[in-house]
Amino acid sequence: MTEIASGPVASTLGGPALAGALEWAARRAEGLVIPLAALIVGMALFSIFIMLLGKSPAQLFDLMWRGGFGSWFSVQNTLSRAAPLLLAALCVALPARLGLVVIGGEGAIVLGGVAAAAMAVLVQGAPALIGVILMGIAGAVAGGVWIGAVGALRHYRAVNETISSLLMAYIAIALMNHLVEGPLRDPASLNKPSTHPMDPAFVVGAVPGMDVHWGLVAGIIACVISWILIEKTRWGFAARIAGGNVRAAQVQGLAVGPLIVGFCALAGAFAGLAGMIEVAAVQGNANASLASGYGYTGILVAFLARHNPLAIIPVAILLGGIDASGGLLQRRMDLPDATVQVLQGMIFIVILFSETFYGRLRVFNPDLWKRPA
Amino acid sequence: MEQTDLGLWGVPLAILGGAIRVSTPFIFVSLGEAITERSGRINLGLEGVLVFGAMTAYAVAVLTGSPWLGVLAASASGACFGLFHGWICKFPKVNDIAIGIALMLLGSGLAFFFGKPFIQPSAPDLPAIPFGLWSNSSQVQAALNINILFLIGAALAVFLWWAFKNTRAGLIVRVVGDSSDAARAMGINPNTVRLLATAIGSALAAIGGAYLSLYYPGSWNEGISSGQGLMAVALVIFARWNPLGCFAAALLFGGAGALGPALQSVGVTQGYYLFYAAPYILTLLIMIATSSPGRALAGAPGVLSITK
Repeated sequence: MTEIASGPVASTLGGPALAGALEWAARRAEGLVIPLAALIVGMALFSIFIMLLGKSPAQLFDLMWRGGFGSWFSVQNTLSRAAPLLLAALCVALPARLGLVVIGGEGAIVLGGVAAAAMAVLVQGAPALIGVILMGIAGAVAGGVWIGAVGALRHYRAVNETISSLLMAYIAIALMNHLVEGPLRDPASLNKPSTHPMDPAFVVGAVPGMDVHWGLVAGIIACVISWILIEKTRWGFAARIAGGNVRAAQVQGLAVGPLIVGFCALAGAFAGLAGMIEVAAVQGNANASLASGYGYTGILVAFLARHNPLAIIPVAILLGGIDASGGLLQRRMDLPDATVQVLQGMIFIVILFSETFYGRLRVFNPDLWKRPA
Repeated sequence: MEQTDLGLWGVPLAILGGAIRVSTPFIFVSLGEAITERSGRINLGLEGVLVFGAMTAYAVAVLTGSPWLGVLAASASGACFGLFHGWICKFPKVNDIAIGIALMLLGSGLAFFFGKPFIQPSAPDLPAIPFGLWSNSSQVQAALNINILFLIGAALAVFLWWAFKNTRAGLIVRVVGDSSDAARAMGINPNTVRLLATAIGSALAAIGGAYLSLYYPGSWNEGISSGQGLMAVALVIFARWNPLGCFAAALLFGGAGALGPALQSVGVTQGYYLFYAAPYILTLLIMIATSSPGRALAGAPGVLSITK
C-alpha cells in the first residue's frame, strides 16, 4: 500500500491543465475524503448494530434526518445545539495544535456558566450590553484560568494534560454543585437548586429571523478567529513547531511555556464562553444542567474535524443534528437515549482508526497525477 | 444510631471501613492498568470498560441469580474491550490515548444502551465476610464487613508484584514495555504481548465495575461510576507501576472517597460536595507532586507514551 506509483499516469488521461488540477486535488482531497469515508463506515457499523437488535436502520436514519435537518424547526434546534459544541470543540482543537490532548472542556463550561451567573447577580441593573459583556468576560476568565492551569501544569510540572484536565472537570462539577447548593443558591429554587435568576435584560436573544440564539454566531466567530490565529499568525506557526517537536522549538528560541499556557487559556476561555451562553441564552441561571455533556461531544467534534477550526463548523452542526434527533429516536423506535452516544462512540473509533491511512493511499499521492516533465 | 458509643472516633473508623469498601474497584482497575502500562500501552478507556462491566455483572446476576456468574461475565466483556483496544492500537499512527477516550465514550454508551431494562430489578449481592463479629458495636461490625473481592484484590496485588519479578511472563511484559526492539531481538512479538496485557488489564477493570454494581453501592444506574476508571490510571503512575504500591494507593484513595460520607454520618453537612471532590483533588495533587519536568519517572516503562 505504501508503494509509490511507478510513473505518472496523468499524461494518458488528458492535457497538462487537467493533470495540474488533479495534482492539486490529490494534495487536498486526503484530509476530506478519509474523514468522510470514516464517517460513512462508522454509520454503517452502527446500522449493523441496529439491525442485530432487530430494528430498521433505514427508519433510524430517516428519523435522524427528520429530527436533525428535515424541517426549519429541526434545523433551528440543531443549530442551537451546535452553538456550544463549536466552542467546546475549540477547547480540544487549540491545544491539539501543540500536541496536547485536553479533554476536560466540560469543567470549563460548567465553571464559565457559574461565573457568568454570579456576575449577572453582581451587576444587576446595569445596562444590558454591559451586563452581557461582563458575563461573557467572567465566563471566559473562569474557563481560561481552569484550562490554562492544565497547560501550566503540563509545561512546568510535566503533569499529563489528558488526565489532569479530566480530573479538573470532575473537580469543577463538584465546585459547581457546592456553589449552586451553597453560597450562590437562590433560596426560592426548591426542587432544582439554582443560582439567583439573572436580570432579564441580560438574556441573550435570538438572531433576527431565526429561533437560534446569538451563541451560534459567537461560536462561528470564535472558529474563524481560531483559524486565523493558527494559520495566519506567528503564534500559530510557533505552536505548530512546538507541537511537532518541543526541543526544536526551544532551540529556535520560542517561548514554549507561555505558548502552551496561552493556547490552553484561550481554549478554556472559549469553553467558558459556552457555559456563559448556556446560562444567558438557555437556562437563565446556573444549575446542574450545565454539565450536560457538551464538553465530551466537543472532543468528538474536534477529532472529526481533525482539529481544523473551520472544519469544526460543519461537524458541530452535523453532531448537533444527531444530538437533536435523540428524543425522536427514543419516542418512535423505542430506543434508549444512549443510542446517540453509541453512534458517537462508533464514529469516534473509526475516525481514530482512519488516521492509519494518511500518507498510505496511492490515490492521494500528488506524484501519481503529476504531468510528465 | 449507635454513634454515641464511639463519638468522633466513629469518623476514623468510618473512613477505615469506607476505605476498604471504596478502594476495591480502584485495586482492580489499577492492577489491570499496571499490567497494560508495564507492556508499554496506556488504556484510558478503562472508565468505559468499568461501566460496561458493572452493567454486565448486574444484568447477568439478575438473570441467573448468581453474582459470581456476573463477575465472570463482566471480566469476559472487559477482555473483549481490551482485545479490541490492543488490536486497533497495533496499527501505525493510531494513538492509544485517543482510542482510550473513544472507548470511554463507547463503553459507557453501550452500557447505558443495554442496561436500561436492568435499572429497576435488584440483583443478588456479592458475599462479604463479617470480620467484626467479636465487637458489640454495630459500627465496628459494619467497618469490618469485608467483601471477598477485596481479599482477592489484595492477594492479586501480592501475586502480581511477585510475578513481575520472578516469572517468565512477567519478564516478557517488562521487556516489551521497556523496548520494542529488545523484545523483537528476543523473538517476542510486542503487539501480541500488548494485546494480551491490555485484555487482562481490561478484564480486571471490569471486575472492579462488577464490585460497584453488585456490592457497593450495589445497584445499577447511569451514575454508577464517578471516574474510578480514570483515577486508577493516575494512581498507577503514582504507584510507579508497582502492584503493591497500587494496592496502597487504592486504599488511600478509598479513604479520601469515604471522607465525605464519614463526616456526614457525624452531622457535618457543610461543604459536602467539596469533600466529594477529595479523591480528585488528591489525585491531582499527587500527580503534581510526583511528576517532574526534565527527568523521566523512576520505574516508568520505556515506551509508555504518557510519561514522555
